[in-house]
Amino acid sequence: MTAYDRVRTARSTSRPTAQDYIAGMFSSFIELHGDRRYRDDEAIIGGLAYLKGKPVTVIGIEKGHNTIERMRRSFGAPEPEGYRKALRLMKQAEKFHRPVVLFVDTSGAFCGIGAEERGQGQAIAENLMEMMGLRTPEISIFIGEGGSGGALALAVSDRVWMLENAVYSVISPEGCASILYKDAAEAPKAAESLRLTAADAYALGIAERVISEDGLGTPDFYSKLRDEVAEEIGILEKTEDLIERRYQRFRAFGRYDEEIK
Amino acid sequence: MSILKFLYKPQNELEKEGRNAEPPAGETEYTCPNCHRTLVESVLEAQNWVCICGHHFRIGARKRISMMTDEGSFEELFSTIVTDDPLAFPGYQKKLTKAREQSGENESVITGTAMIGGIKTALFVMSPFFMMGSMGSATGEKITRIFEYAAEHSLPVVGWTVSGGARMQEGLLSLMQMAKTSGAVLRHSQKGLLYITVLTDPTTGGVTASFAMEGDIIVAEPGATVGFAGRRVVEQTTMESLPRDFQTSEFILEHGFADIIVQRSNEKKLLSSLLAFHGGNHDSL
Ligand SMILES: [Zn+2]
Repeated sequence: MTAYDRVRTARSTSRPTAQDYIAGMFSSFIELHGDRRYRDDEAIIGGLAYLKGKPVTVIGIEKGHNTIERMRRSFGAPEPEGYRKALRLMKQAEKFHRPVVLFVDTSGAFCGIGAEERGQGQAIAENLMEMMGLRTPEISIFIGEGGSGGALALAVSDRVWMLENAVYSVISPEGCASILYKDAAEAPKAAESLRLTAADAYALGIAERVISEDGLGTPDFYSKLRDEVAEEIGILEKTEDLIERRYQRFRAFGRYDEEIK
Repeated sequence: MSILKFLYKPQNELEKEGRNAEPPAGETEYTCPNCHRTLVESVLEAQNWVCICGHHFRIGARKRISMMTDEGSFEELFSTIVTDDPLAFPGYQKKLTKAREQSGENESVITGTAMIGGIKTALFVMSPFFMMGSMGSATGEKITRIFEYAAEHSLPVVGWTVSGGARMQEGLLSLMQMAKTSGAVLRHSQKGLLYITVLTDPTTGGVTASFAMEGDIIVAEPGATVGFAGRRVVEQTTMESLPRDFQTSEFILEHGFADIIVQRSNEKKLLSSLLAFHGGNHDSL
């Protein structure tokens, strides 16, 4: 599979969405709505659930299953209110000592006049900073598209896992191609250069685990993933210097030369 | 434009010179993108690179440092950190070479310490002339280090932002700089130290969505473009015509995302006052 084949697979509307993972892996989910500031953004769902009997906070970017739902959910492109709702639920999780499980699936943060007016950049920035200091374990699982800052705003976590056909990129291959080659049709070429596949992210250390898609969406698939997430949360809960390690996790990213003067 | 011209009346000798005088031999002329006046370098220099119409020209990082800090007080740090094309991205080496030639810098940000109004501060200054201030690994590393340095030495940080966003030629590594710098800002903040951002033209994309919007106090220069998604992208996506002041400093002030807009001529004075408020200094009046 080429990188662009992965992009197409990640975008496929037949893939399970966040609500399928929540239904498949967790029990007794209670959805909680709203950012307490302006509105409820349905591009992000979140709430309380049990993971193998343990109370957790679960948050996911939701693309929706059919055209009507997809429109209601802005095709999984969150507005500032979505990010603020997510942050509210994360702070709530911290207060009640619940771990946070996040599902990431977005082509990017919503692009629009209202989103800019209400501080899309500020909302993402606040999440990055607050997640870095959140005193509870966080695991982010990329289940489809991971579009730039709009994905990162739910992924400043202790662990980042990616499904084998999920992608994570600083810019869409089409956007990159139209800047680089003045032609969006060159997206497949750009996709290769951007190193956006799960395997690439793993090689760069940005994802800790690549999840096999064998049996994707089946009860066995969810059951296996549930066990893995529960096990990892157990490890993170026993980690004493969690926040220091999280900082160092991101601190290490970047490659540069340091010339000796 | 005709209305602008009609409203314009020369206010002082300097302005007259800016409009009418023949450029002295060898001086570079600049056309104001706002009012289309032609201005010579020495006039712009004397006016802090602000046109008579109020347009704030983009300026390089070194020029800004000399304008905003006490003379001779700047000490550069981390200047040896440079990008090394980590993904072997097509055309990136060539772009870097060109950016280095054009800007005379080896990265899109300069970091160091200086005195501003007699108060020692750590600072970072981004440059519009180096790949439009795009953020790569080295940019993020330098900004992270200056926050770590400031936290260690109990210094405030003043940062001037200019950026087209994350540097796509470094792929995910550039995206990660948003999280990395945000972590460094948080740690500095948790020590009770002050961070002031000055948003300058243009501040967009991944820089807006990270350290530009994380200041305790957010200052903006007049008329600067400040936003997350690019104006053209918003236009194409929404197919709506955008308000004229969309994504300007004035627009973000109105919507509550900046504290204060300051003319460049008053900028150093404002920063000095803000630093003094947090440095235990008493009002000099
Ligand atoms: Zn002008």
